[in-house]
Amino acid sequence: MTSTLHRLVKVVSLALLVGLGATAIAETDAPAGKAVEGSAKANALKSCVRPTDWMRRNHMELIEHQRDLTVRQGVRVQKDSLANCIDCHARHDDKGQPVPVTAKGEFCQGCHGFVAAKPSCFQCHSTVPSSADTAQR
Amino acid sequence: MSKSKGQTDMDRRTFMGLTVGAAATLVAPGVFLHSIAQAGDREQPVTDKVRWGMLVDTSKCANGCSACVDACKTENGLSNHGRPATDPTWIRKVKVRDNFTGRETNLPLMCQHCEFPPCVDVCPTGASFKRADGIVMVDRHVCIGCRYCMMACPYKARSFIHEDIEIKPTNAPRGKGCVESCNLCVHRLDNGQAMTACAEACAKAGHNALVFGDLKDPNSPVSQALKQLPSRQIRADLQLSTGVRYSGI
Repeated sequence: MTSTLHRLVKVVSLALLVGLGATAIAETDAPAGKAVEGSAKANALKSCVRPTDWMRRNHMELIEHQRDLTVRQGVRVQKDSLANCIDCHARHDDKGQPVPVTAKGEFCQGCHGFVAAKPSCFQCHSTVPSSADTAQR
Repeated sequence: MSKSKGQTDMDRRTFMGLTVGAAATLVAPGVFLHSIAQAGDREQPVTDKVRWGMLVDTSKCANGCSACVDACKTENGLSNHGRPATDPTWIRKVKVRDNFTGRETNLPLMCQHCEFPPCVDVCPTGASFKRADGIVMVDRHVCIGCRYCMMACPYKARSFIHEDIEIKPTNAPRGKGCVESCNLCVHRLDNGQAMTACAEACAKAGHNALVFGDLKDPNSPVSQALKQLPSRQIRADLQLSTGVRYSGI
């Protein structure tokens, strides 16, 4: 009797844990997932410059690595550049104007807001595609 | 210096092995060393086969013209807050007057891209550096805004960003708290366009006072002009071997 009750408690708590885990994963996925949909170029592409799962965890390594190569040695490979990230992931509003990637719910802010990690890239770097920031001037 | 995770994690034996291996492959094909990169190739590191520089022909620099200054501001998104003492200035017009003869000379003054830059000597973090192709730059990722370089520069060529930046061009990322100066339009050079915004604007205004090019290429416009015109460095006594030379002063 006791062992059956124990087993039941175990199963229920396991189910609860799995449920909680799934919710957490769904929530972390939600912000970026929503931001990729719609008018961003990335929406039309099958994956990012690396597999999506890998990019979620390691995009900062790519950006930081190329930042030193670019500034110090003039290597400006388009593929892994921050400018390319912005070009591809910035959405456009109804009027066709690009929405900054740091605006609420947008590509960068979506996840970074959730994990409370502020990206310092945009203290200096543009948050809209290069075509738009040329027009700003 | 900027951090490099790969090297700090590497144990000594692996490092020695790689170094010896790299030396062996590099030393043997000596010709290969000289044929790695070309100017403007986005995928390859810049090399010291090129040294970018400029000749300013002050006899052609017009009084009251600010085409170069304006072009620089547009190109690099330099905003103006109406506070001349602290507004970022990468290139400025200077008028010098010989008190004895009364002769006035106009010239643009910017970072002179020294071969032996004092700003690099004094930088405590390694943010101030000279690229292989002779461009003296600030790595803003590493700059802590101490402004030692501004004090060390004999040409007053550097500016500090005191205020938040509203417009951030993709080509010229800049932000509050860093020192900055002329980088000879490095984004243009890396993209294969061997012409700075100031020199382009000067030619467009019909003055042609600024001649830009590769000092190491004897056929470049700047080398040809330097061969024909008498020129000098400003503060040549400091022996900095500047990349920007002036004629007519």
